Amino acid sequence: MNRRSLTALLLAAAPAAVCMPALAQAVDAARSAVSATFRQMGVPVEGRFARFAGQVVYDPARPADAQARVDVEVASFSLGDPQYDAEVRKPAWFDAARFPRASFAGAGMRPAGGGWQVPGTLTIKGRAVNVVVPLAVRREAGATVFEGSLPIRRLAFGIGEGEWKDTGLLADEVIVKFRLAVPAAAK
Amino acid sequence: MSAMGRISPAVAPPGGYGGTAKALHWLVAALVLAGIAMGLTMVSLPGITPTKLRLFNWHKWIGVTVFALALLRLAWRLAHPAPPLPPSVPLWQRRAAALSHAALYVLLFALPLSGYFYSLAAGFPVVYLGLVPLPEFIGPDPALKQPLVVLHHVFAWTMIALLALHVGAALKHRWVDRDGVFERMLPRRRRPPAAEDARERTREGMPR
Repeated sequence: MNRRSLTALLLAAAPAAVCMPALAQAVDAARSAVSATFRQMGVPVEGRFARFAGQVVYDPARPADAQARVDVEVASFSLGDPQYDAEVRKPAWFDAARFPRASFAGAGMRPAGGGWQVPGTLTIKGRAVNVVVPLAVRREAGATVFEGSLPIRRLAFGIGEGEWKDTGLLADEVIVKFRLAVPAAAK
Repeated sequence: MSAMGRISPAVAPPGGYGGTAKALHWLVAALVLAGIAMGLTMVSLPGITPTKLRLFNWHKWIGVTVFALALLRLAWRLAHPAPPLPPSVPLWQRRAAALSHAALYVLLFALPLSGYFYSLAAGFPVVYLGLVPLPEFIGPDPALKQPLVVLHHVFAWTMIALLALHVGAALKHRWVDRDGVFERMLPRRRRPPAAEDARERTREGMPR
């Protein structure tokens, strides 16, 4: 289990670390946000990740060659209540001590509806799951903004183990929302 | 008392509350007691556990139900005044009863409302029975959280104190005064003609 998780983590990290081209741009954290909304007995509760970093390769002329990697510090997840924040770092949830980072690595934007889709790998708690992230691209003053929300199944990542597996108490579906801003190419 | 003439015997037989008033009273009583029991239990549980989260949600649903029933009760009460107290009840007790009943009514609204706004300020909107999202009058607000929870606790302990007084006074009417005041809120088991029921109650209430 331990070794498998580690392997998955390395595999997920490898392409980004090795292949990310030099023209990658860093995500401007001050203008970006990553959050997760879960449902507790029907009540939507949103938590925000305060610390994350990312790199994006994006040329509007060649969306198929776009690449992105985002690393999120799970211990920075906050619901606005210290007691809850401490709880979600525990082994039954994010297990922040063993798996400090959740990551997404994706490549190749393809048009979908009015927006885009990016296939990639989402790794949380050492478990890698293939996902297709829907997103919209917008130009803002001096920045390109990638925005979207991705429904995931928390149990696929072992988020909320033991007595917390009860989806009647805590729904399996969690909505991950992101807004990533990178400086617009100065052409 | 002049109030006597305004009461329709079919709804409130002389000396007693009507069936609707009684049903609302006991339903609200049961819910308030359950809400208080859950509230005291959940805040005493350490950490975050599934049981605690369930209790929190049930507690909120009970509060919402109490609020709705309190609205009904208030409307009903305004349309159907309470039966008059027997002449044997001294003036200070009449005043104390009126005052404490008014305070209980106020708390039936204030206690759920303060909890509702505390929940909103804490970032947990209330979804009734896990199905119906209720209005979010305010968003998450860390600055309001603390004052609202203090207010909720003050209201809760005031409610507990007033309930002790309420139950104590009711039992005094039953066991010490024996004036029939306690019996007017008891559910009727049978449905005898109103007059017979009232006579029976009077006999029971005043053994001398």
